[in-house]
Amino acid sequence: MRLWPRSGTCVKGDIRDSRDTSRGKCAAGCAERTDARMTSWFNAEWPWYVAGPLIGLFVPALLLIGNKVFGISGNLRHLCSAIVPGRIEFLRYDWKRAGLWNLVFLAGVLLGGFLASHIGTPHAIAISPETTATLSRLGIHDFTGVAPHELFTWHALLTLPGFISVVVGGFLVGFGTQYAGGCTSGHAVSGLANFELPSLIAVLGFFAGGLAATYFILPFVIGRL
Amino acid sequence: MTQTSLPEFQGCGVASGEQPELRPAFLPVYLLLGIAFGFVLTRSEVLSWFRIQEMFRFQSFRMYGIIGSAVATAAVSIALIKRLGLKSISGGPITILKRPMGSGLQYAVGGTIFGLGWALTGACPGPLFALIGNGVSVMFAAVLSALAGTWVYGWLRPRLPH
Repeated sequence: MRLWPRSGTCVKGDIRDSRDTSRGKCAAGCAERTDARMTSWFNAEWPWYVAGPLIGLFVPALLLIGNKVFGISGNLRHLCSAIVPGRIEFLRYDWKRAGLWNLVFLAGVLLGGFLASHIGTPHAIAISPETTATLSRLGIHDFTGVAPHELFTWHALLTLPGFISVVVGGFLVGFGTQYAGGCTSGHAVSGLANFELPSLIAVLGFFAGGLAATYFILPFVIGRL
Repeated sequence: MTQTSLPEFQGCGVASGEQPELRPAFLPVYLLLGIAFGFVLTRSEVLSWFRIQEMFRFQSFRMYGIIGSAVATAAVSIALIKRLGLKSISGGPITILKRPMGSGLQYAVGGTIFGLGWALTGACPGPLFALIGNGVSVMFAAVLSALAGTWVYGWLRPRLPH
């Protein structure tokens, strides 16, 4: 368990190298160092005590702007309602009035992910050595992306592990969030912050399901790689 | 065919207490906020399958720190908004109605089903879309499948315990 981020990030490593090569030119090295430090927060991974409060601030931001409750999974319902409502009562409502703002927010999330991945240098996720060891033992060998390439590529989709991870997993995310009436944002952040008992039950369910999948399903899924 | 009442949307994206209104002038603001959220999801790395595995295997404090401090920040903000009686920019007082408890079964069972999917995809709904932006385009298939799951839930809903 590590409370504070590791001191040696890839950005700092670069600085050390450049300083070593330009020994004697201290001024240039120092300028480079502050410059790199100023941009590193924008490029590299953010520590939990920066990322967490930032995520939490989306709740008051949405309330103060338009009296909206922060929650992403409602968008799955809005999308279904807009595309294929059929004769299903759950999907027959004015999705524009109820959720156009949220769908626009969702489009922003996709764009934000695109921007973030194009600003800064791509790097492997610095997970703990224990996790790397456990996953290697289970059969994951590619640790370069945000998600393992062995499971999350179009090519892998045609294999059983990829199909279970993407298609079965996606279906459960859709069904589960609608049944529970929220996901990590709606229940775990908005609901818990508002001290709602249903959200606490839902979050305990999230972890029960997540632990069950991690320890009982994933070993078999990855083992088939 | 009865229309689902709009107040039911509290908790999945629309504050109730008043009928939601379509305010096109505010849409660019929501777009900008969404972009900021996608950026935060990426830099915080909560959209990473690896981080989710690290969390479920209790091998790092990071995800718990993020979720915990997010809830704390949001809770303090909500308390302040209530205490100060703040109004939203678009007009009207801020009201957050609590979800009905019912039997609680929908939260326990639905939550567990989502949890299974969360660990398998390594992503909750927000990260699914942010991952597409990050270039993990196969998550588009996961989104389609999630929409299928949503549709099937709507179809089975009258027969499911809530």
